[in-house]
Order: sequence, then structure tokens, then C-alpha cells
Amino acid sequence: MPALVSHPDEVKVVSRRFGMGATDIDKYVELDGYKAVQQAIAKGPEWIITEMKASGLRGRGGAGFPTGMKWSFVPKQSEKPKYVLVNGDESEPGTCKDHVLFLHDPHAVIEGTMIAGLAIGSKLGFIYLRGEYRYLLKIVEKAVADAYAKGFLGKNIFGTGVDFDIITQTGAGAYEVGEESALMESLEGKRGVPRIKPPFPAVVGLYGGPTVINNAETIANAPHILLMGGEAYAKLGSERNGGTRLFGISGHVERPGVYELPMGYNLKRAIYEVAGGIKDGKTLKAVVPGGSSCPVMLPEEIDIGLDFDQMGKAGTMLGSGGIVVLDETVSIVEFALRTIAFYQHESCGWCIPCREGTDWIKKTLTRVYNGGGNKKDVANVQYLAENMLGRTFCPLGDAAAMPTIAFVKKFRKEFEDYIEGNKAGTPIITVEQLVGAH
Amino acid sequence: MSTVANTIFSPETAARFDKLVTIYPLKRSALVPMLLYAQDEIGYISDAVVTEIAQRIDLLELDVHNVLSYYSMLRTKPAGKYNVQVCTNISCMLRGGYEILDHCKHKLGIGHKETTKDGVFSLEEVECIGACCWAPAIQINYDFHDDLTPDKVDVLFQMYRDGQGKDVK
Amino acid sequence: MPDVKFTVDGKQLTAPAGTLLLEACKTAGIEIPAFCYYPGLSLQAACRMCVVRIEKMPKLQTACTTPVAEGMVVTSESPEIAQARKATLQLLLGNHPLDCPVCDAGGECELQDMTFKYGAADSFYAEPKNHREEQKWSPVVYFDRPRCILCYRCVRMCGEGMDVFALGIQNRGSSSVIAPNVPAQMSPDDLAHVDCEQCGMCIDACPVGALTSGTYRYKTRPWEMNHVSTICTHCGDGCKTTLGVRSTSDGSEIVRGDNRDKSGINNDFLCNKGRYAFDFANNEDRITQPLVRQPSGEMKPVSWEVAFDHVGKKFRELRDTRGGKSIGVIGSNRTTNEEAYLLQKFARTVLGTNNIDHHRTADYATFAHSLAGMTDRAASLKDTLTAPAIMILGGDPTIQAPATAWNIRTNVRNNRARLYIANASEIKLRRQAKAFAHIAPFSYGALASFIAGDDSAVDSLTHPGADAASFHNFRNAVRAEEQLLVLIGSDIRGGDLKRLLAFGTTMPNRKFALLSDYVNSRGAADMGLLPDLLPGHTTLAGNTTFAEYNAPSEPGLDMLEIFEAAGRGDLSALYVVGSNPVSRYGVDPSSLKNTFLVVQDMFLTETAALADVILPAANLYEKSGSVTNSYGDLQLVSKAGDRAGVRTDFEMIVRIADKMGANMRELIPFGKGPRGAGTHGDMGQSRGAHSGEADQHAVWLAANNMEPKLSPFDPFAILDEIQRLVPGYNLLRLQLLSGNDQHLQPAVSTANLVQISNRRDLVLPANDTLFTSGTLGRYSTMLSDLQHNESLRPPTGLTQIQTAAD
Ligand SMILES: Cc1cc2nc3c(=O)[nH]c(=O)nc-3n(C[C@H](O)[C@H](O)[C@H](O)COP(=O)(O)O)c2cc1C
Ligand code: SF4
Ligand code: SF4
Ligand code: SF4
Ligand code: SF4
Ligand code: FES
Ligand code: FES
Repeated sequence: MPALVSHPDEVKVVSRRFGMGATDIDKYVELDGYKAVQQAIAKGPEWIITEMKASGLRGRGGAGFPTGMKWSFVPKQSEKPKYVLVNGDESEPGTCKDHVLFLHDPHAVIEGTMIAGLAIGSKLGFIYLRGEYRYLLKIVEKAVADAYAKGFLGKNIFGTGVDFDIITQTGAGAYEVGEESALMESLEGKRGVPRIKPPFPAVVGLYGGPTVINNAETIANAPHILLMGGEAYAKLGSERNGGTRLFGISGHVERPGVYELPMGYNLKRAIYEVAGGIKDGKTLKAVVPGGSSCPVMLPEEIDIGLDFDQMGKAGTMLGSGGIVVLDETVSIVEFALRTIAFYQHESCGWCIPCREGTDWIKKTLTRVYNGGGNKKDVANVQYLAENMLGRTFCPLGDAAAMPTIAFVKKFRKEFEDYIEGNKAGTPIITVEQLVGAH
Repeated sequence: MSTVANTIFSPETAARFDKLVTIYPLKRSALVPMLLYAQDEIGYISDAVVTEIAQRIDLLELDVHNVLSYYSMLRTKPAGKYNVQVCTNISCMLRGGYEILDHCKHKLGIGHKETTKDGVFSLEEVECIGACCWAPAIQINYDFHDDLTPDKVDVLFQMYRDGQGKDVK
Repeated sequence: MPDVKFTVDGKQLTAPAGTLLLEACKTAGIEIPAFCYYPGLSLQAACRMCVVRIEKMPKLQTACTTPVAEGMVVTSESPEIAQARKATLQLLLGNHPLDCPVCDAGGECELQDMTFKYGAADSFYAEPKNHREEQKWSPVVYFDRPRCILCYRCVRMCGEGMDVFALGIQNRGSSSVIAPNVPAQMSPDDLAHVDCEQCGMCIDACPVGALTSGTYRYKTRPWEMNHVSTICTHCGDGCKTTLGVRSTSDGSEIVRGDNRDKSGINNDFLCNKGRYAFDFANNEDRITQPLVRQPSGEMKPVSWEVAFDHVGKKFRELRDTRGGKSIGVIGSNRTTNEEAYLLQKFARTVLGTNNIDHHRTADYATFAHSLAGMTDRAASLKDTLTAPAIMILGGDPTIQAPATAWNIRTNVRNNRARLYIANASEIKLRRQAKAFAHIAPFSYGALASFIAGDDSAVDSLTHPGADAASFHNFRNAVRAEEQLLVLIGSDIRGGDLKRLLAFGTTMPNRKFALLSDYVNSRGAADMGLLPDLLPGHTTLAGNTTFAEYNAPSEPGLDMLEIFEAAGRGDLSALYVVGSNPVSRYGVDPSSLKNTFLVVQDMFLTETAALADVILPAANLYEKSGSVTNSYGDLQLVSKAGDRAGVRTDFEMIVRIADKMGANMRELIPFGKGPRGAGTHGDMGQSRGAHSGEADQHAVWLAANNMEPKLSPFDPFAILDEIQRLVPGYNLLRLQLLSGNDQHLQPAVSTANLVQISNRRDLVLPANDTLFTSGTLGRYSTMLSDLQHNESLRPPTGLTQIQTAAD
């Protein structure tokens, strides 16, 4: 069972009930659970959307799209049923925040799903968890069943005449299925290949109906926002980045864990104070700030506020909030290889630049890693990555290209030295291991 | 209801499948979960599983193959009773994931996607399993084990061997 | 849709709103490269070759998925775009075998063309390429995985286009692969196979050489062939097929069939027969010398001269001694219109008999008489692609008329056409049908009556599983359609067909077509290969149209009566041209023992085996002329193959007539000067009634600005006469000659519209499968292989395919 951590700098909103037994529906209700949704029923969709917009909540899945605005895009009238889809596919390396959320507060996700449903006029929500999260699925399934038993879900919820149903769903191992349209394909029993956009899900989504899709954490914020008021929530964070966020700090830190910090919180402080600094007193070499797809940052770049805009300006991304810390022992060549190997393995294969590009970058870096590199390889890797960027069918191609470009650009010398035989850091992967999974 | 006459599944699983195909706006939505649950019971996606699931959802077998071959958790060959999945992705790698993988290989005497002779364990190197903050992490079947060291792995293996391991499905 | 204005490369363009940018550019002559896009199939945006720059968009956009919008400003070529395309090609080539010199697609490969254009050949990847063995998925479909660029055209072609869904995409990422529906582990030989209709459309769509066809593989290169567009000899749809021809020591051999320029009536489509089943022409069993039965009973090769002499002499003698009425003539539904016309004219005017028939696969006489004098009632094959609503009564187009089925599927898929089907079997097209009326077996007569308004007929249609109400609902839905195309299977004929059409033609905006089985089944009937009807379904009695013929006025014997007469010993001679009635009608061989039997055929068929003289014939791919498909669409056939030792049926008929001493210029209007005074003026054939009259043919030619044909062997001389005389064949010469199809309205000579009644209903549907084609098909190795291939798999039921959120 993952250990819970805490730090005085934390501002607990979504993580408020963590460790308090809120998987139990009565406990959840005692801790203000299912209040927000009843308010939402009473006050109606306009109110919900106004509050959500005021909260400045931006999607916690990675792209940071304003949630209230997303909900407002769903057409009021629709021939086809509308749906709410909760993205709990959490597979971006370095990210495990939804894991803790499902583990400790599944009802918040359920309540948030209902609120989203009310906001857009949907009667059916889906909570999709990655296949590996079976024990969490069981927790969520139980929570859903308890909510049905109490009359919180199903027909005539809370005796208000409103109907709402939730179906829980499992994936079966595919990072790409986290991409919203690929997730819909998967939920329709197909290969997890993304769809052509436009039309966007808000107009044509699941089963062809207008669909709101949000990350689990985004959704779990909704009840809190309605209870505390959108503006109050917004104030917790930084400009245009309302509220707080679950940051998972992993890698070479003393106290890795999932911490809830205000948006805009200083990255350096998060690493050195909140997570206890670099493990075993070593020196920091680099930070991958928001899951493996975010361009790497150098130690001198990390005195920066953790929000979508500031990180974007710095040429990287806030991403999924998974901060991976690398100390001086890390070989960037190896780290870059392990990163691209992941994307190569997870590319759905639909489009040429990503399918072939990830494959060739991985092949080239593997050869370099094994000592067979030559000078042109560094430029080739960059060429390949730059020619993927912005040219692929879905953002996975970018997610593979961006970190690769950053590694090569920011550590070019290390790559060149490596090829010359001067290896920085302490490479771990053995040649046999390379032929393993990837 | 597409109840199947000569099902290859246990009565519980068959009943579950009977229900599953009815809850979605489109029957086909049951496909991915059904495949995974079928694998939990049978051990892998056999041809018979493909045939019955295709029948239950009114799909062509080809469709079922297309889908199942996409998802990395689904396998078409049997695995061990306990499938040990070692994450070597970045966060785990930084905290000894490869060491754990190596240790498992030596301890079990098998490599990636191989099964021990007695059929108790199989081993697989996997991508991030969403336990990065508690790295290095592994899953044995669906159970997470985190913050591992080689010694802790030994204890775990013994536990499973002794039938003491959890086996959530 | 209203037009929108937009700019591409500085050019102002307009296109209907909703048009895809790629299509709009193509129309304007701006070619945008595309691998995954295929017109009419679902959009993929997968290959990223079609990227263009659209103002105000942050990234390059795919032209294949972007609809044009008002004011859109597009750049279709720029250094940035060229670089994007080049990089994509480099990525593809990194793993591509580059075996172009031996690849079947070499010279016709879109990847090769693109690589050349964008200069991407300088592959800089040092990694070894993935190598995998080529796989044989079926006798016609071969797959070479490393060449596959994963454009998914084949998958969509098979699924969306063919509604077969035999190809899928498996695995993911760089392991993604196109997979057939019979996986290796489920196959007796442990190899993957494709269990499908074997149409080859996937191969046709493949932009590279990853899918190749069994017949053509490694045989030759595209530039070493001559390409001749002609018409497929198999079913009644009459697709244009382009035959690749290569010279050999004894003629020219057809090595490939395909749909190269897609300019035919069939657009993109060809089925396996049109594509592969040309190989009967190369069959070693072909007869290449005339054979004459000796008194000993043995067949002996003789010279053409001897053979024609013999036949001419015998025919003349038997006609003169036992009378024309003792001679029978059986024509073909695979010869040209000119040959069919000439044959019946020869029979009627030279042999002096109306004992003429052919293997009828649909009742065109009733069809023509029912629609006589009406316009816009007879449908063209093209209507199946555009009609907003279609009803199919009987028949199974998927098998019997694959191009029709293809069009209907396309129409339903892309235009949301509504399809209504009434059939005693659950035919495959019912998957596309909005309504399906499952009628009781053998109740097509009742179906025709019921559709025509006879409520009492509904009882005969019902059976457990379909009640009367369902048929009423079906009929109500069909009647509510404002425009309807009605396709009629050959099960409905005679009085039933008449009743159906009589009712149907009272409703506005109804068009009809009658499905038949072979390339010129319709033409054979239209050309008068019938005992009771002259060309154009003109009745014998009171006929003035063919007054210049001198045909016997009494109807002759039909197919069955001819053999009955033979059995009685009343048939002195039988002349069979391109037909195998002995097998088709189960004729007792001994019944022909007292008949002088002349057979023109390619092979020693059951009928030819009984012949006294066998004349080796050319097939449709070895001659020129015209054919008429089931719908009445007239098309040109052109000579592609050539085989030493065979002659066209046309030539043989002419030679025999000549040997009989017929007036050749009366039989064939060739040469200058008055007809009837030609070389054989002494043959007693001059027609009193006509001598002295102006030569009508010459007058007509002059009026139509045409020159007389100079040779009696020129089929176009007969085409001139067909055009002049046959009601309904008022064709446009230029259309025909430029290889375009033209739709003819059936017109019975309305001058004397005699109602025909009590005709004997002799329609015998051919019942071919996708892998048979009458007697001819037995000599196609490819079709035999496919039948064998098919026999290895258990038949599967019709699967209902669930379509996504629709
Ligand atoms: C390759 C890829 C993987 C993704 N994986 C996830 C995921 O695991 N969980 C998630 O919430 N969003 C994921 N996303 C983002 C989703 O597409 C989508 O933006 C998100 O679910 C929207 O929710 P939000 O607005 O609440 O963030 C992924 C996107 C891409 C391109
Ligand atoms: S970028 Fe292309 S290949 Fe990669 S995951 Fe997206 S659609 Fe698939
Ligand atoms: S030959 Fe035709 S039916 Fe067979 S796989 Fe190809 S497209 Fe499908
Ligand atoms: S086989 Fe040909 S058509 Fe099919 S995906 Fe590959 S390249 Fe495209
Ligand atoms: S549909 Fe008919 S005409 Fe067309 S290719 Fe096939 S058999 Fe020939
Ligand atoms: S990297 Fe191992 S669990 Fe995420
Ligand atoms: S043609 Fe547009 S992406 Fe392939």
C-alpha cells in the first residue's frame, strides 16, 4: 500500500480526506460528501458552470485546458445522449496521483462525475481505470455500488427526480488509451487509436454523443469547488491557474510521494523542502517536471512556479504533475533511451511519423548506448525528433519528440562524449536488458 | 442477452459476461473488460476465448484479435500462476528497478515473458505501473508491491510460493 | 451545398462547402500527395503526406481531413511542407526493403513516385531492416510485410467497400501489421490465410507492392505490357477491365487484369473474375485446329478451308433437302452484339429458320415489352450508385452481380441510400438494408403480385418468422419512397414480371433493371437470339422493321423444343456458337446422334464432344465489338489477347455463310454500291421485294455521315445495321468508340406493338458462385484454385456487424 506523506506547505483540497477512511460512504458523507452534488441539483447547470469557470481549474490530465470552459462547449440540445467520461488511465511515467485519489477518496470522483453530468445534461458517466489498477477498480466499484444502495446513483437520486448512472470500466494495458479520443475507442471495444479531430468530444464523443472527458483529479475537484466557491478555489493558486494540484515527486529525492501544493508553488522548493532534497546528499543533475513527456530542466532552470503558464514559458510543461528528479549519477543517454523506449512501446502505430520515428530514435539511441554510436547520430536523433514534432496524428508523437529534443539539446556534449567513450553518470541498463521488453 | 450454451467459463464468469453485454449503450463496449476477465480465469486468451467472446458480442473473431493484440496486458500464451511484472520505467529505474528485474531473473531463473518450469511464476518487464513515488515497484498479478529491495523480493516470492500471497482479481 | 471561396497557392478556388481540401485541390489540378486517403472510404489522417499550411493554424494540417471553408488560405507546397513529406518518406524508407527492381508494383508504386519527387532516397539510417517472408494468404492474395506502409487502405477496402472485413490491424506501434482473418494457429497448414470474396480490391488499393496478386506476381513489369481496356466476360454487370498483354510465340498472352484507369462504368471496382479469371484464354486445353469427325467416329484436325467447305456444304444440303425448319441454332451470352445479331440473321435469312435460342438467364422479352415506349424507366448500372432508394426483389447481387452490389454498398455508405430487400434467402446485402422482407421459399410470383398491390398474395409469402404485417410494413415503406430503383432478380419472370412492371410503371419516379448472369445475356436477347422475337424484341407477326429480312413468319423452336426435335429425329442440323447446352440442360447425348452438329467453342465441352465439326473460337478478350450489360448499358470490347489457330465467331459465321453461297452483301452491309448485287448475286438470294429499291443501308450511312465498311469481316458493318434497324439501339457512335458506356432504353418496335402472351418461360438462372462462371469458368485455373481454396473452409453464417455510434 503506497505510503501517505505530508508536508506543512501542502494545501489540502482534493487530498483533504486522504487517510480518513473516506472509502466508506458514511465516512465520506460525514466529511461533507455528496453535499455539493445536491447543491448542484438545486442550483442547476448554469450555476455549476459559472462556479467552475470562476475556479480557474485547469485539466489535471496534462494539457491544462480550463475545465469550466470545456463543460460549457457541450451543446445544450443533442439528439444523441451525452456522456461524462472520467480518465483514470494514468500511465504517464512519473505519475501516480490518481492512484492515491482512487485509493483514498473514490466517492469524490463519483460525486464529481455526477456534477459534470448535471452541468452538461448527461445521465450516464463512465469511470475508466487503467487495467493495472484492478485493486483500485474494486474500490471504485464498491463505492459506486454503495452510492446506488443509498439512492445517490440510479433513478431519482436523492429523491430529486434526477437520474444518473455510472459504469466503471477497465483498460488492459495501453498508455495511448489515456488520450481522450483513444479512450473513447477503447471504451467502445476497439483498438486504442485516437480519432480525427475535429469534431471534438464535446460535440461528437463517446457513441457519437457529446462527451465531457476529464482527468480523475480534475473531476474530484468539482465537489470541493462548489462547496468552497469558485473564487475561493481560484485564490488558492496562481494567476489563471486556480487551486491546488497533486504533485507526485519521484526519483532521487529523500521523501518521494504525492503532495498537494498550490498551483504556482516553486519547483525548487518542492524538491528541496517538500520532498526533502536530493537523496543521499547527492547533487541535482536534471528534473523532468511533469511526467516523462515534459522537456527536461537543468538545475539552474528550476526556480520557477509550478503552473501551466510559467512552465510553458520556460519551454517545458506542467504536464501530469509527476516531477522526476535526477541526481548526478544519471546517464542522460540512458535516461533518454529509456524514455523513448517507452514511447516506442506505447505508440499506437497509427501514423507514420510517430510509429517509425520513435522506432528509429530508439534504435539509434540503443546503438549509441551500446557503444556503436557515431557523431552523426546525435544530429540524426534531433532531426528525427524535430520532424515528428507537430506532425503526428495525436500528441503522443509530440510527447516523444519534445523530451528527446530537450535531452539532445541540453546535454549534447554528454551525448558526444558518450560516443567518444567518455560516459557521464553510471549507466545501469545492461545489454541483455535492452533486448527485453522493448 | 447473449447467453452462450456451452460456455468455457465458470458459471460466475459466464453470468458476469451475460450481464456485462447488457449494461452499455453498445454491446461491443464489453470487449476489453471481458478479455481481461477471461484471461484472469483461463490464464490467457486462448482461441476458445476469442471464439466465445466474439459470439457473445456478435463480432468477427478477427475483430477480437485486432483488439486483443493492441493491449499489452492481454496475452495469447499461458503465464505462470503469479505473473511478476517489474517496472523499469524512469522513476523506478532511478531507484533500482533494473536491479530488481535482474534479481527476479536470477532468483526465478527465467527471462522476460518466461515462466518457471513449475508454472508458479512468470516474469515480465513492464512500463510504468503508476507507483512511481513508491519506486521501485512491481505487480504480482494485480497486487502492487513497492519500495522494494532484492531482499524484500525474496520474502515476497516465498510468500507467494507458500500460498500466502494475495491474489486480487 | 453552397459553394465556398478559398485560396490555394494564391489561386482563388471555389468548391461546395464540406468538400475535402484534398479533393477540392485535385479538381483544380493541384495534386496533393496522399497514401492513406482513398476516395469514398473513411478518413484516416495516418500517413501525414498530405500536410499543407493553412493560415491561422499553428501546425501543418492534413488536406485529406480538412473541409474547405470560406476564406481559407492554403499553401500546398513550400520548403516546410516538402521537408515534412520528405521526412515522412525517409522514415518509411528506413524500413522498406527497396526491392523495387523485382517488386510487382515497381513502376506503379506511389511510394516510389513520392520518393523521387521529394528526394528522400538518401536514407541515412544505419539500422538493419526488418525482414520477413512473403505470405500467401490465398491463391490471389499475397502479402509482403516489409513493403507495407500501413496506410490501411486494404483494411477499409475490404471492410467498408466489400463488407467482408477479412483484413485487420494487429499489434501496435512499430509491430503493427495487417492481418488476415484466418490466423496461422487456426489454419490446418499453420499459415495465415484470408477467408474472403477474393476480389483483389485490397491489392488494387495498395499504394505499394505489399499486397500482390497470385496471377501477376513476378511475371512481368508494367512497362513490358500493352494495356487494353475491354469488358469483363463474366457477369451481367459488364465491368471495364484493363488487360495487360504480352507477346508470345503463338500470339499475345494476357498476363494481368486490373482496373488501371478506373474510367469504366464500374469506377473503382472489379471482382475476382474481372481481375483474375482471364486465364481460361491461356488454358492449354484450348482447341486450336478445326476438327472434323471421320466416318470412323474419330475427330481429325483439318484445315480451315476444309472445315468451312464441309460445314457450308452440309448446311446447304440439309436446308435444301430437309428445309430450314429442320435446323436449329443456339447462340451465346458471351459473344458480342454483332455476333449475336449476325448469327440470328444468318439463321433467319440464310438457313431459313427461326429455331434460334440461347441460354436465357433473365426474361428480357417481358421486360422490354413491359417498358416499351416509356422513357426513364430502365435503369443504368450507374443509377445503383446514386439512387436515393433501392429495392431488390430476388436475386443476390453480391454473388451474381458483384459490381451492382459494390455500387449499392457505396451508395448506402456514402449517400445513406435506403435499401429494401425481399428475398427467400438472407442474402449478404441485407446487412446494408433498411428493411428486409424474408419471404417463403418459391414465393417470388406471390411477391411480384403483392408488391403490385394484390393483398391476397401475402399469404403465400408468410412463414414462421415473418408475418403478414411485416410484408405490409415493407411495402408501405417502399411505396412511401419518392424515387425508387427496383432491381429484379431472374426469379421473377413471365406473367409475374409483367404484373410487377405494369404496376410499377404507374408510379412516378420508378426505374427498373433486370439482373442476368453473363456479359451479354441482355445483348443476346436484344439481338434476337430467340425463336419468336426479332432483334429489339420485335414480334414476328406484322413486323415491318425487319421487312428486308425475309425471315420465316412462324415462331421457331425454343431451346428445349430443339432438343426434343433432335430426339425425335426431326433436327437435321444444329449450329451451336459459344454455348454448352448439353451440360446446362442435361441433354441426353444420344438424342443428337442423327443431327449434324457444328460447335464453335474454345474447349472440348460436353456439347463439343458430340460435334461433327468443331471450330476453335476466339473468346471475348480476343475480339472487338460491343456488348450490353444487364442494365442496357452498351460498351465497346477491344481485342487484347490473340491465339494462333482460333477465329472469332463473327468470322466463322461469315465464312460458313459464304461457303453456303449466301449473298454476302445482304448478310453484311459492306462495300460500296447497291447491296444485293454483290459477288454472290447468282446465289438465288436476291429479294424480289427489294430489288430496284434504294439501298436503305447506304442511304442511312450517308444520312449519318458514315462510310460503308470495306470488309465483310468488320463487325462494325453489322453494328451499323444494328444501329439502323434494332429498336432501342440508337447509339452514339463516338461514345462507344471512346470507351464510354451508354445507356439504352429498351424499345420494342412500337409500330406494331403486339402483346405477347403465353410465351414459354425458359429462364434458367446460371447459379454461378463467386468462383464459378459457367462452362468457361471451369477452364480458369484461378477460379478452380479459388473453389478449392473455398472448399477448405467451413461455411460461416451471415454475421451481423454492429456499427459504431450511428
Ligand atoms: C498520449 C496521451 C496520454 C494521455 N494519458 C492521460 C491519462 O492517462 N490520464 C489523463 O487524465 N489524461 C491523459 N491524457 C490527456 C487526455 O487526452 C485529456 O486531455 C484529459 O483526459 C482531459 O482531462 P483534463 O482536461 O481534466 O485534463 C493523455 C493525452 C495523451 C496525448
Ligand atoms: S502520434 Fe500517431 S502513432 Fe503515435 S500514438 Fe498518436 S496516433 Fe498513434
Ligand atoms: S480480396 Fe477482397 S475480400 Fe479478400 S481480403 Fe482483399 S478486399 Fe477483402
Ligand atoms: S498492405 Fe498495402 S494497402 Fe494494406 S496497409 Fe499495407 S500498404 Fe496499405
Ligand atoms: S462484377 Fe461482373 S463484370 Fe465486373 S468484374 Fe466481376 S464478373 Fe466481371
Ligand atoms: S516508473 Fe515505475 S511505477 Fe512509474
Ligand atoms: S492522405 Fe492525409 S494523412 Fe494520409
